[in-house]
Amino acid sequence: MQDLGINVLFQGRNFIRLLEGLWVTVRISLIAVIISILLGIVLGMIMTSKNPFVKVTTKIYLEFIRIMPQLVLLFLVYFGMTKVFRIDLSGELSAIIVFTLWGTAEMSDLVRGALVSIPKHQYESGKAIGLTITQIYLYIIIPQAVRRLVPLAINLVTRMIKTTSLIVLIGVVEVLKVGQQIIEASRLSVPSVPLWIYGVIFFLYFIVCYPITLLATKLEKRWNS
Amino acid sequence: MDFNFIKEFAPLYIEAGKLTFRIALIGIIGSVIVGLACSLIRYYRVPILKRIVGIYIELSRNTPLLIQLFFLYFGLPKLGIMLSSESCAIAGLIFLGGSYMSEAFRSGLEAVDDIQIESGLSIGLTNFQVIRYILMPQAITISFPAFLANIIFLIKETSVFSAVALADLMYVAKDLIGLYYKTDESLFMLVIAYSIILLPISIVFTITERKLRYAGFGN
Repeated sequence: MQDLGINVLFQGRNFIRLLEGLWVTVRISLIAVIISILLGIVLGMIMTSKNPFVKVTTKIYLEFIRIMPQLVLLFLVYFGMTKVFRIDLSGELSAIIVFTLWGTAEMSDLVRGALVSIPKHQYESGKAIGLTITQIYLYIIIPQAVRRLVPLAINLVTRMIKTTSLIVLIGVVEVLKVGQQIIEASRLSVPSVPLWIYGVIFFLYFIVCYPITLLATKLEKRWNS
Repeated sequence: MDFNFIKEFAPLYIEAGKLTFRIALIGIIGSVIVGLACSLIRYYRVPILKRIVGIYIELSRNTPLLIQLFFLYFGLPKLGIMLSSESCAIAGLIFLGGSYMSEAFRSGLEAVDDIQIESGLSIGLTNFQVIRYILMPQAITISFPAFLANIIFLIKETSVFSAVALADLMYVAKDLIGLYYKTDESLFMLVIAYSIILLPISIVFTITERKLRYAGFGN
């Protein structure tokens, strides 16, 4: 190997373009994450209700979204919705819809789990010392639930960023697509370029996700002890 | 819905489903072996190996399978390592699954009290016997829910293999959409196919989790 593929990375705007591609991925996942966390908290609280109709509906939603691979969901929205409803969705918009649906499902289950995990006597003790419902939630339930919830929710964020890599398969131009373009442009002059570009993309994802994972582990350790 | 179309092309999905299932099975078995080895290395704090396993787990857990596959399939041949799309898919799945399985087993191992191991040693069991008869049975029970969740996760992840030209369920669906423009039918069969594979596993998962909870394990 007399040529060094890594040089291609620093030719022209190649590295900047890769970073711009990465930003497309991160932006889509961040939008989806923010909406999912908000909707997930609301849905999670609804899911603790005893109403059988609410229970069954949310259960079906949750099971369907969780059983289907995210790529299938992307196909359903990107190819299926456009055909059935005759609307034209861009790849990015379909990705945001899918990851919001999926993120909301996962988040709501985490919220439900955190709320259910709080022993019943915590509610009852609050009532016994004469707190109102709002006070019970504000001072007793939410502070405890948040401690169990936050590390898990942060893990969900890395999962969503990683899963967003799939959007290249429905034609969104993101970091992997940009990488392919760079490779196509210099494949003949520098044969080893795929190794380097895909290696760099691998580490770019790692650099984005690793700090978030570390944060989750740290919070979990601190709050569990 | 064009049911003749569905009837005509259902065999394609069955073939692809079998392929998906086979690769998932090999990948899961491989992941369990790698995961078990890694979790034991971390549990017993084997010097040097512990570091390597730690780096592997962080790399594998913080990168998407799709990128790992592209690196394996398009990058490695430049180093002279050629993998067929099938072996590439299996290697990718084991690389990803090994770390998830390892984390699941490790949480189980760490939940077993030290007293259990010391008691085993004090009645004259060998180290291997302690692992085989005392540590493993308890650790596996505790980590079982996480283990099952990982299996579902890994089967779902197989859907990206179409990107490295493996003729799996996604590949067939995309092909049919492109060839015949029968989007609804192709996607419908895709959803059914994945439901057939994953729904029974998910139901077993829910039942087992409840049973384990009754048994007083895993909280």
